[in-house]
This record gives sequence, structure tokens and C-alpha cells, in this order.
Amino acid sequence: MQIMIVGCGKVGYTLADQLSGEEDHNIIVVDRNPDRISRVTNDFDVMGYVGDGASYSVLKEADIDNTDLLIAVTDSDERNLLCSLIAKKAGNCKAIARVRNPIYSSEGEFLKRELGLAMIINPEYAAASEMARIFRFPSAIKIDTFAKGRIELLRFRIPVGNKLHDTPVSNIRGKLGCEVLVCMVQRGEEVFIPLGDFVLQEKDIVSIVAAPSRASQFFRKIGVETNRVPNVLIVGGGKITFYLALRLIHAGIDVKIIEQNRQRCEELSELLPKASIICGDGTDQNLLLEEGLEQIRGFAALTNFDEENILLSLFAKSKSKAKLVTKVNRISFDEVIENLGLDCIVYPKYITTEFIIQYVRSMQDSMGSNVENLYKLNDNRAEALEFLIKEESPVVGIPLEKLQLKKNILICGINRYGKIIIPGGQDKIKVGDSVIVVVTDYRIHDILDILED
Amino acid sequence: MNYGMILYILGWILNFEAAFLTLPCLVAVLYQEQDGFSFLGVAVLCLVIGLIFSHKKPANTSLYAREGFVIVSAGWIVMSAFGALPFVLNGDIPSYVDALFETISGFTTTGASILADVEALSKASLFWRSFTHWIGGMGVFVFILAILPLVGGFNMNLMKAESPGPSVGKLVPRVRNTAMILYGIYFIITVVEFVLLVAAGMTAFDAITHTFGTVGTGGFGTHSDSLAGFSPAIQNIVTVFMILSGVNFGAYFLIIHKKPRQVLKMEEVRMYLGIILASALLIAFNVRDMFGSWGETLRHAFFQVGSIITTTGFATVDFDLWPQFSKTILIILMFVGACAGSTGGGIKVSRITILLKTIKKELRMISHPRSVKKIAMDGHRIEHEVVRSTNVFIAVYFLVFFTSVLLLGMDELDFTTNFTAVAATLNNIGPGLELVGPTQNFSIFSAPAKFVLMFDMLAGRLELFPMLLLFAPSSWKKY
Repeated sequence: MQIMIVGCGKVGYTLADQLSGEEDHNIIVVDRNPDRISRVTNDFDVMGYVGDGASYSVLKEADIDNTDLLIAVTDSDERNLLCSLIAKKAGNCKAIARVRNPIYSSEGEFLKRELGLAMIINPEYAAASEMARIFRFPSAIKIDTFAKGRIELLRFRIPVGNKLHDTPVSNIRGKLGCEVLVCMVQRGEEVFIPLGDFVLQEKDIVSIVAAPSRASQFFRKIGVETNRVPNVLIVGGGKITFYLALRLIHAGIDVKIIEQNRQRCEELSELLPKASIICGDGTDQNLLLEEGLEQIRGFAALTNFDEENILLSLFAKSKSKAKLVTKVNRISFDEVIENLGLDCIVYPKYITTEFIIQYVRSMQDSMGSNVENLYKLNDNRAEALEFLIKEESPVVGIPLEKLQLKKNILICGINRYGKIIIPGGQDKIKVGDSVIVVVTDYRIHDILDILED
Repeated sequence: MNYGMILYILGWILNFEAAFLTLPCLVAVLYQEQDGFSFLGVAVLCLVIGLIFSHKKPANTSLYAREGFVIVSAGWIVMSAFGALPFVLNGDIPSYVDALFETISGFTTTGASILADVEALSKASLFWRSFTHWIGGMGVFVFILAILPLVGGFNMNLMKAESPGPSVGKLVPRVRNTAMILYGIYFIITVVEFVLLVAAGMTAFDAITHTFGTVGTGGFGTHSDSLAGFSPAIQNIVTVFMILSGVNFGAYFLIIHKKPRQVLKMEEVRMYLGIILASALLIAFNVRDMFGSWGETLRHAFFQVGSIITTTGFATVDFDLWPQFSKTILIILMFVGACAGSTGGGIKVSRITILLKTIKKELRMISHPRSVKKIAMDGHRIEHEVVRSTNVFIAVYFLVFFTSVLLLGMDELDFTTNFTAVAATLNNIGPGLELVGPTQNFSIFSAPAKFVLMFDMLAGRLELFPMLLLFAPSSWKKY
């Protein structure tokens, strides 16, 4: 694929590295700063253009006509959006824009849909999601996310002697009284898409889809230790903190935020009425101990300084048994930091890059079909495909239980303008939805392929 | 300095040279000549040595700019050293120094010869001599980059060191694809010229050797009087293809991509064609009494101008006998050279353009000390780095030039001979004036003088810096 990257900051540079090297795409980079261009073209086998990526003539000259994907990662949200928009009109390509201002982010779905963008990435939001996942689930549960991280497919192994042993899938609701959708079961090397009469056994690897609050309830009921932390102390009150706190509160976790700036504290307390906001210096040991550092079960160091974050986490580690999350912006010294023995280090820039690369991979796999996105699951034994329902068709408007689906196909999620529906038999697909289908055995190229012939 | 990687790539160079050497073997088989064995023998030798170094890829494959320059200059020397062996073995050129001179002259597309009688050579040797032009024209590293999958941004360092021009750009994002496109264009031009020359009545052997000499802008022929003995039609075809080979290959890429208008806007190409037109007309007017008709006068004028400015070095007449004015124009054209990104040598039209613009800017700065003016070409701003490196290039160019003239002075030949011999080798042209004129050869020089000229040829082809870096102690330090 030919991919154009506009903006060669750290993210652009890392993307150029990975996409031109390991992923083997043809990369064109555009930046206004000649020094950055010469650096990236000297280091990697990419083509560079100096110019403003939001300019039509610059994009034309950089060969937007033959470009399949444009990634706008300059430091300005507006330029990224404009650039993606112009690229879409000028050439025949998909566009990814990095938008980090929370004002736009809450409107991400609208922007994406109305501007026709393939993806809007918010590094802070993505990093916060990653952190929230660390606090919510233990390592025994693996998570595949799709619909841009909105739908989480939770994968776990049924322990020996568990309640779920010998339970048919249709009885789960009756037995546990909680609603989850079992999407896939891997037994040994084989992967099944279970019907209602499928009987689960111990040691099966089961993938479920559920709303975040239901998921922890489910795991509690079946007796799988979720290790969900009951409370989290966050030092630093930036954007990531806001997104993280929002997610944690949503999942029912107590959040305490320490922030130095009075004004920001007031903002946060307005935005997050359920969190307790402490105005003070997070590097003050007494303050931390006073706020119960020793009893806390989750600790996140999210100040703007990498060094401070690392020291805070090391201090927290010495004083408590909390699960630690440390934010580090600079990737350069990752090996040194990994050796410090901190639990989880989150690099927001790295997560942004990973997200985009994951998208590029799925785009490459789904080329030439109507699939919006494609995700490989369980070591490529199954696929999750995302379709956008653009027009009336035989699958639209009919309750799902009435649809004659092929074997080994399951509709596991419907994304209706950003709202996620875990579908039951009565739910219907509407025009404008994007539908996530899990499938084994076949390749399907169109939503109609799921129906029995 | 990553010695492992340097040896690995040099090993690959020898493998490729072994493959190249099989072609003259085929020619020898075709003409039933004994000489084929010398080529076969050297091919096997190259392959054995090549495989010893290239069978295992070193663990550390990183190539930085420093390694890139050293590999390229060392590669060209190694290639020439082995390419000269067949001439010595089959007795066509008994002295190894002479054979080396001839081979370097071939690979660097100079076309300066030490042979008094070209026609005495075997067909296989003649073919190899011309084929070295074709390999050297676009560059052996570009060829290797097109074929070997050397992943990473580092391979740009190889291309930069070998491709001519003040700032080397890629045509498409990948170095490998760029190299393939360049060789694709090169190959097509070669085939077209070959077909046209055969159609115009040349024998297949003459056609292929002269095609190699033209598109590589080399200048080795198969006849002692160069192209004087061929028909006007053939001379005209060669004129056109010499001029075409001196055009920046980026222009052909634009034509393939259906953007021919942008070609007309390329300042370098316009300047290049303008210089050719003006010089040819001035010379034609100056030598009008020497030929029978205006048609003949123009044909010879355009041929000689095209041959010199593209640094090919073919001749249809002995221009050493022309009036001073015409000779002076040709000498100046020797320095100008062809376009950047072509197969020609010389200072390059784009550098001349940048220099002229710099001079203009400097003059304006003197009269308006506070004026701000950026130099632009083809509508794009030229970075200060490029202007600076162009200035330094010119300084180094003349330093090398005058040092070489000084060293040649020890041979006690006349100044015109020495001056034009250096001009003809440093600019990869071939013939100069007086004792090294179109009908003469370079055998008059002593062995040390020949080494100076060999250095000039390599320095000229690789644009000075790679050769200088090869001899700079700092580039051989481990860190």
C-alpha cells in the first residue's frame, strides 16, 4: 500500500519506521520543517516532501492520487482534520486524523462519520483506555478490542471445576442471572461459534462480549478472580487523567486525583463529580501518605514529567501493594525503564502508533471487499469483521433470531452511532449501523454473505 | 566503520561482475574466438572470491553515510581491478596499468583509451570495453539496489554516493523501486537506439557496442576514427541519443506518468537544451567554411557539441583542427557536463544553474545589503545545505583539477595536452586536444601520470567526495 504520513513528529517518525520497515509499505512523508524531513528520509526508505499537508497542491505533488491511506499526525487538530478532508476530496484514499482536544473528541463519532474519515485517534484517550483495562482486569483475561476500542472481546479459560462446566450456552443467563454473549469457544485446536445448545466444558477458552459493568459482574459470579482494583490514586490532572477517571468511575472504581493547579482541580471536579480531587503537590510524600497511599490498590503516575512519574511509581511501590501504572512520553530510554521493575509502563505515543498500525493491517487484509475492518482472533483461527450497513438489504429490519445465518457465524455487536448494542434475538440491524460479525471457516466479503443461500 | 558489511557488499559486486563477464564469453563463442577463456576464467575467479565474502550476511547490517561512500568508491576500484584482468590474460593489452586505465575509463564512461589501434582487438574485448560503459553509466550500485533486497533506509546512502547531482532524490518512495525504474528507462533507451542503428545499416555488433557507448555516455567505439566512417543517418541517431542520455532521468519518469508539461518546466532540462542549441549554432557559424553544405556543418556541430556536453566523447571529425573559438566552446562545455540524474559527467547543468543564481543573489546583496532572497529552482526553494555543498563541490573540483594538472606537468608534455587530458578525464569525456585529441590516445603518459588520470576518472564519475573520503584517514576509524 502507499501510505502518506503528514507530520513527522515522534508519532510520524515511529510510524514511518514501522510501516516502511516491518510492514513493507511505500511511505511518503510530508512536513513543513525541512530538518524533520531530511532526518526521516535519511533514516528510513521513505520519500519526503517539504510543505503544508493541508495544501492541495502539496498533496497533489506528493502523489495523493495513488495513495491508499493518509495519516495526519501534525501537532494541530484542525490541520489534521483539514488535511484529511482535502486528501479525501483530492485523491481516492482513506484518512486517519489525530485529534486530541477533548472538545472534538467527544464529537469524534460525528466528525468521523460526517467527514468520512476512516479513524480518529486520540492518543490520550487511547492511553487512558489501555490504563483502565490494566486496572479492571487481571492478566488471566485477554482482551481484543474492536470497533476502535468500543467493543471488548474478553477471552478467558474456564478453570477446572468451574460453574460453567457442563453448562449449555443458552442456560448461562438463567444460571448466573447476567447477560453476556458467548462469541467463540476454543477447545484444543478447534474454534467453535457456539449455538444455544453448545455445552461449555472446563479448560475451554471462551470469548465473550459484554458491557463493561456486566463483564465484572459475570466474572465475579463465575468465580474468576478479576483482581479489579477497588480504588485508584492518580497523580497529575491532565487529559489522560480525565479520560481514565471517566472510565474507571464508569466501571465503578473509586478515583482520587491529586493535582497541583487549583483552577484545573476546579475544572476536574466539575467534569468528574464522583471523583475526589485533592489540590496539592503530588511529589510531597506526606501528602501521598495522608491520602492513603499505603492502603491504595491502584496507583497511576500521570504528571507531565517522565522522571517524576518514574520516581512516584518507585515510591508507591515501596510503600504499598498497589498496581502501578506509569506514563512515559519519551520512548528513547524504554529499556532502562523496563528494568526498574515497575508493573505497567504506558507510552501514549507508542499506543497511538500501535492503533494506527493495527488499522493499516486490517485495511490491508480487507482490501477488495466491503469489509470496513478485519481482525484476526485466536491465532488467526477466527475473524471478526466490521461491516457498515449503507443501504436497505435483506438483513436490515428483521429481528436477528429470524435471520437464516450460515453456520459458524455470529453477530456479536452493533455500533449504532457510537452506542454499542450487544445484540439479542429481538434486536434489528438498521441502516447506518456498523455490525461486527465473528466467523470461522469462511471468508466473507459482504454482509449478505452471512445469510444461508 | 562496519567492515563486515563493506566486505559483504564488495563480495556481491564481484558476484555481479562475474555475471557481467559471461556476456563477452558468449560473444567469443559467437565469433569463435579463443579470448573467451580469459573472460570465463576471470568470471570464475570473481565468483569464487565474491562468494567467499558474500555467502554469509554479517550480523550487523547497518550502513551509515560513511560506509556508503567508502563502499561505493572501493566497489568501483575493485570492479575495475578485476575487469582489467581479461585484457592482460588474452594479450590485447599486455600491460596491467594500461588495462586498468582502459577498464576504469570504461566503467566511469570516460572513453579515454591508451590503444593506438582499436580494430586490432578481439570482438570479445571490444564488447567488454563497451559493456563496461553500459554498467557504469547508470551505476552498478543502482543495479544492485534494484536486484538485492537490502532492507532499510541505509541503502539510500549507497544511491546518494553513486548518483550524480547536487541533491539526489527518489522517484518513488522505495529506493529499490526507484532503481528498477531507472534501469527500466535505461534499458528501453538502449533497445530503441540499438533497433534504430541496425535499421540505419549498422552491423549488429557495431550497433550494440555503439549503443552502450552512447546511452552510458561513454565513448568507446570499435573503429579508430570513432564515428567518422558511418553514414550521416547513423551519426544523427547517435547525436539524438547522446543528448537524450544526458537528460535527467526524472524527466522520463514524468513523461511515463503523463506529466510532460512538467518536463518543459524543469529549469535544468531547459538550460541544458538551450546550451546545446546555442553552442552548436555558434560552432556551425564558426566552422561554416570547412564543410560542403549547411546540413553537413550543422550535423557535425551538433554531434560534437552533444558528444562533449553529455561527456560521451565520440567524434565525427577531428575537432582539434577546428578554429580556436570552436575549440574553446567545446572546452567550456567539457566543464558544464550533462544534467544531474543522467548518465553523463561534468560539473552538471543543475550546479551551474545554482551557481549562477547564487552569483545573482550575491550581486543583489552588494547593492541592497538588507535584501532577503531565497534561491529557487523549479518553483522549489533550494535549501542552504544544497547551495553550500554546491559551492564546496566547485572548490574541491578545481582543487583536484589543478593538482592533477600540476602532477601531469612532470611528464614534460605541453600545457594544452595536460589541461585537456585532465578536463577530459575528470569530466568523463574521453578525448581532449593536441596530443590527446580525438585521433590520438593516452598512451603517451607515464605510468604515474596514468594513475593520476585514473583517479580523476573515478573522482569525476563518483562526484569527488566518495573518492576523497576513501583516502581520508578519519573515515577508516572504527568509531
